[in-house]
Amino acid sequence: MSTVNIPVTSDPEGLTCPTSPIGDPAASPHENVIAQTARAAADLLRRSSGAENARLSSDRHLASPAMSAQPQLLSGDEAVAPAALHARVRLGTGYPGTPSTEILEAFDKLGGRAQWSPNEKVALEVGLGAAFGGARTLVTMKHIGLNVAADPLFTAAYTDLEAGLVVVSADDPGMASSQNEQDNRHYARAAALPMLEPMDSQQAYDLTLLAFDISERWRIPVILRITTRVCHSKTLVRPRASQAETPTPGFRRDIQARVMIPAYAKPAHHRLRHKLAEIAAWNDAEGPSRVFPGGPGSDGDLGIIATGIAAVHAREAAPGARLLAIGLTYPLPLGTIRAFADTCERLLVLEEGDPVLHQALLAAGIPAEGKPDMYRFGELNVARVRRILAGDQTPEPVPPKGKPPELCQGCSHRGVFEVLRDMDCIVAGDIGCYTLGVLPPFSAMDTCVCMGASIGVGLGLRHVLPEDQARRVVSVIGDSTFVHSGLTGVAEMVYNPPATGHVVLILDNGTTAMTGQQEHPGTGRTLSHDPTGKISFEGLARAMGVQNVHVVAFNEADGTLEALLKDLLARPETSLVVARQPCVLAAPKIRFHEKAATDRLQACPSSLVDD
Amino acid sequence: MSKVINLVVAGLGGQGVLKASDILAEAAFRAGFDVKKSELHGMSQRGGSVSSDVRFGDQVWSPMVPAGEADCLVVLDETQVEVNRGVLRPGGVLIGPDLIAPGALKNKKSLNVALLGALSSHLEIPEEHWLAAIRANLAEKLHKANEQSFALGRAAGRF
Repeated sequence: MSTVNIPVTSDPEGLTCPTSPIGDPAASPHENVIAQTARAAADLLRRSSGAENARLSSDRHLASPAMSAQPQLLSGDEAVAPAALHARVRLGTGYPGTPSTEILEAFDKLGGRAQWSPNEKVALEVGLGAAFGGARTLVTMKHIGLNVAADPLFTAAYTDLEAGLVVVSADDPGMASSQNEQDNRHYARAAALPMLEPMDSQQAYDLTLLAFDISERWRIPVILRITTRVCHSKTLVRPRASQAETPTPGFRRDIQARVMIPAYAKPAHHRLRHKLAEIAAWNDAEGPSRVFPGGPGSDGDLGIIATGIAAVHAREAAPGARLLAIGLTYPLPLGTIRAFADTCERLLVLEEGDPVLHQALLAAGIPAEGKPDMYRFGELNVARVRRILAGDQTPEPVPPKGKPPELCQGCSHRGVFEVLRDMDCIVAGDIGCYTLGVLPPFSAMDTCVCMGASIGVGLGLRHVLPEDQARRVVSVIGDSTFVHSGLTGVAEMVYNPPATGHVVLILDNGTTAMTGQQEHPGTGRTLSHDPTGKISFEGLARAMGVQNVHVVAFNEADGTLEALLKDLLARPETSLVVARQPCVLAAPKIRFHEKAATDRLQACPSSLVDD
Repeated sequence: MSKVINLVVAGLGGQGVLKASDILAEAAFRAGFDVKKSELHGMSQRGGSVSSDVRFGDQVWSPMVPAGEADCLVVLDETQVEVNRGVLRPGGVLIGPDLIAPGALKNKKSLNVALLGALSSHLEIPEEHWLAAIRANLAEKLHKANEQSFALGRAAGRF
């Protein structure tokens, strides 16, 4: 094998996306949107037929904000963080969840103000308040987190923001580390919110900047949908210079735009649809779609419309085909798509997950091929795209199975699941490292659905099972998950106790272990590990009226937990047990942070107050 | 050069697979190539199989190495060789943990960097970029041991 060194070309095929701040709305009157759309379509065709790479966004964008010459190798997550910083984001909120976690951590490391919320709903509500108060805000979560945040999301769409609010939904097609592979593009349509989808780290950076501009121009929350493979792949990024300082936050009363009683929400819904129509027209005229002309090859008659990472797979699998990569995927640039479609003999839609884009094109009367249903499952890759292009629906080769993950050696959860297994408990489980208790040699978990479900599902089982089975039901939940969604489950247990009582077991390892050891309200430290208020699970359970509350400093050898569980399962009472032992991976860091806090307090006793 | 170089690093969670691919990607980046690096982390970190793809050349599109197209496969754990062999192209180079004699490394954790040393002898990335990438990705107290491991692997790779 031989290689030669070739310097990276400055912008080999227009990969550094030419997005830029949107101009003053007055400079781009919307009454001319139809004319603009036609112009854009004609422009697109002219460009894509030429040898030069074509961009729908006009080239003047290239000359505007200065781009730093120095490229960096960043993951998609790592690229969102500097974009947020350069967009003058004043607050980042979120809840950890693969593949989104690194965004806020990177933002914090760059000097941004970032904080973990107890869950995604609260994170979005805090973000919304900040945006009402005039501060640009970034809210991050994984795809299923948006289910938790859906309540504020749908009505936030009706409100008028004072400053930009961007919600990152990090989807996980293929379920690398998730319990489902739901396609959150449906949320953009359902909530009527603009959605941007980057194909690589440069676009993750560029489209984050653009998302804030769109959000502020139309005073609407914007969803940045980023997928696992973009989040965790490192590609070259050329950051731009920081934008100008934004106005200082301050309260401006606008009751009808922010108090969603029916009288104000009815006109707000009309406003929302009007905003979307304007954004769709802008997307056609100036949006971040790009056309890549077909190279030499046999695919000359083929046109591909793709979103997100599917665009780069398509470029590799069919270098001869013309490619329209859409950046703002809701509301769609239908004029642009129609113009592109008219130039193709064969038009194929390539998208990961559900046929969202394909169905939208069919609904708009644009004939296009979609992918066979077998490719809606899992991630796409170059090999699968080649198969889709060839119409191949034969069974795919199954890669050899690797070694499954397991609970770490020395993990305190191991002993707990041995006890639960040996006692033949019926275990309503939850989301975290401890979900691995389902695998041999423990096989000690019977249900796992979503964050916090262990308690509700355990109670439901208790209500209906025969008594001998009901008495074996235990709800097992981690510390971070308990803060996220367990409190309301305990309220339910106190309010509607099953006849046999119930036992909730909190596995408190002092960190959000699964996602990479993030802090939470039960650790007493902030995202950046500084001391802050700390929630006591046992104190909370007592205050909520749980009848038996116990804390076990878990030691697998001494039999304490087994004896305690036997006693509690026999009682027709409500019980909550905190099994507490730090995560083996996090323990050294926890000790380090605790010592740093103590040292700081001793050096300057007032420092905790001053912050 | 029009060909993209396709590399895969594989092993078990905790062995430094992702650290190795970070160093590899950065070395190629420092050498002036377009680089894409892909991995999945999360659940797979808990002692399970982990692999990471690195591709470089003058223009890389997809960040993932298609099965059967890897030029080199670096495997940190013997049990993971067969699981990953399918990524190699015909004639592709397998660099396995058996390349480094047991006990040859002062710091056993630096097997990942030793095998990168072996890989480096198959790639035309100047050594200075490898060493700079190692220093940029590891704590200072680990530099010396890892530079030694890299040199040891680089010598072993020249077979």
